Amino acid sequence: MERGKEPTYRVVPGPEGLLPPAATVMGVALPEEGEGLVEGRIVSETEALEQAAIAMLTRKNATLFPGPLMLWGWNEHTNQKADAFFEMAKEIPGVRIIPMPDYRPIYPKIDPEAVINPCHPNLTIWHNKIEACVFIGVHCHYANITLKMVRAGTNCYTIALCAEAGHEDAMASVPNFDIDKIDRFRDALIRVKKNGVKPLYEGKGIVPTGWAQISKLPGEALSKPEGELVQAGATPGFSHELESGLDDTAE
Amino acid sequence: MADGVNVEKGAEAAVRGDDPRAHVISEKPAPPKGEAKTGAAAQRVVDPDYLLLDAPRTKEFITGSEAAKEAIRRANVDIAIAYPITPQSETMQQVGYLYAEGYIKDYYRGEEEIGVMSAVAGASRAGVRTLTATAGPGLMRGIESIVSWPGGRLPSLLLVMCRVVNAPLAIQPDNVEISYLLNAGGIVLHGENQQDFYDYPLVGFMVGEKPEVTLPVAVAVDGFFVTHARGWVSMPAEDIKLPPRNCYHEAVPMMDNENPPIRIARDAPIQKSNFISYQMHASWQQEVWAAQERAKKWLDRWLGGLLEIVNPGAKTMIVASGAAVSQGREAVRQGTEQGLDVGLVKVKSLRPFPVDELKAALAHAEKIVVPEFNYVGWLAKEVKFVVDRAERVIDGPRVFGGMTMPTELILETITAFK
Repeated sequence: MERGKEPTYRVVPGPEGLLPPAATVMGVALPEEGEGLVEGRIVSETEALEQAAIAMLTRKNATLFPGPLMLWGWNEHTNQKADAFFEMAKEIPGVRIIPMPDYRPIYPKIDPEAVINPCHPNLTIWHNKIEACVFIGVHCHYANITLKMVRAGTNCYTIALCAEAGHEDAMASVPNFDIDKIDRFRDALIRVKKNGVKPLYEGKGIVPTGWAQISKLPGEALSKPEGELVQAGATPGFSHELESGLDDTAE
Repeated sequence: MADGVNVEKGAEAAVRGDDPRAHVISEKPAPPKGEAKTGAAAQRVVDPDYLLLDAPRTKEFITGSEAAKEAIRRANVDIAIAYPITPQSETMQQVGYLYAEGYIKDYYRGEEEIGVMSAVAGASRAGVRTLTATAGPGLMRGIESIVSWPGGRLPSLLLVMCRVVNAPLAIQPDNVEISYLLNAGGIVLHGENQQDFYDYPLVGFMVGEKPEVTLPVAVAVDGFFVTHARGWVSMPAEDIKLPPRNCYHEAVPMMDNENPPIRIARDAPIQKSNFISYQMHASWQQEVWAAQERAKKWLDRWLGGLLEIVNPGAKTMIVASGAAVSQGREAVRQGTEQGLDVGLVKVKSLRPFPVDELKAALAHAEKIVVPEFNYVGWLAKEVKFVVDRAERVIDGPRVFGGMTMPTELILETITAFK
């Protein structure tokens, strides 16, 4: 990990294979304040935000994954950050919000439309055919292990908007992501659209997903659709062929 | 971290007229009228750069244990837990005095090392700055818990005063125990002398608690040579200390039962592997070692580089860590007097290992000599693994089981191999 030295390794959408390396071990350095990372290269913060904005506007089924630091209103700062987050989300037509509420394993089945879990993030991405996503408010350790797993088995473009030092394992990342920077990301979304980037989807911003969100819509039932649950460890047809692995829960 | 440089920086700041209090982050409230602040109550929290690099220093002739004590005095430690074992006991006795003087919030003796190291894990998970120390067989006993710290992303400081671990058991110097730490996943620094035993613990706390690192740090020294002997140690005034641990800005959530996500978690923060996927476990391990890599930037900043190089262009380079560095320095002096072209590379950080830096420092060398205080030659193996043309690496000289290393032994090794 050496700044100023161009690493040969590129952090790009996968599937990369069974066990991709940690990008920092391959020479990818973390950005400083005012900078960002795009595919393993240090760029200006503005460029990183614009690249992230283009990915979220133009790739299929763009989804925001807010983690515990964003979800739980445990202090005033978190509430303010959540307000800015929704303002930003509204600028991405057709975006979905699937939370990572905590890091406990969810077994043996997960509702991939309602939640993403760091033990098997690929299930949520495969099921919803997500090709661009933002991790925000996820503790760095869990974000990094998740980002590598997503790169291993999916073609999803990952963006990590990190309140700390940033993430080498994401395709785009900006460090010290506070409320001002959420606003700057919203501005970047507006700017790239104004400059000619045509969003893949039109119409309203946030699309409800999962039984919990849909149940809040007028006229919807309040039941959890058991039939929609996905077996943890199950392998959708378009995944990497080695992903299914062994049954961890077998006695 | 040469003291001359630091003193000069402080003097420059004074000449420029910089406000010396500009580094002060906070200080304790003023005492009631008529009562002067002294000791721990008088300490001010300062920026780590100031305490580690810029603050004016004065020298004292003290033992390694006393040097560690002075580091801990300035480290803003919340809790120290240990079980006595030679040659660590004296250091933790010194740390006990700090508790009595109010510099440490809590301090106790565990029942034995598995209990101590498990308690350290709990304290660190609770978000407080945690210190422990052990030596030889104590490290071996506690290692089951110690190797779990990096995966738990538990910042803490482990002082290791190396001694014999194998039968026939002895309390004498031998640093084979470091080889057991090298594959644990945490950061491992190896101090040469009393000065390092002052500087490295302070740097260790700051590096280990960086959000992108969030790892335990072990600072090892060679027992007795460093812990019980005196040396000159350059230190800033004792009325300044590091900022407290900021556990809400780390890679994992600490065990705060009032705040999410722990508040809502029924289960243990880390699950056994049969409840997580193999891929997650693999990615988790990769992340621990990636965090080590991220530590390089901060170690570089606060240790003045992961290596120190003496006579960088010499045909024969001695590569050493710990007390063997001091013997290497003297061998360089004597060898130069005898007309030998010999230099020295001091390896300060064993984990992360300075792979690229070492390759560059040794690219030109015709011979590489690796003196060590252990039988197995763990540093020679590391060096052979990373350098090109590994046949240049001469395996030794090595002493063990309490022996000292005469500088003549290093010089003979240099001249014996053509």
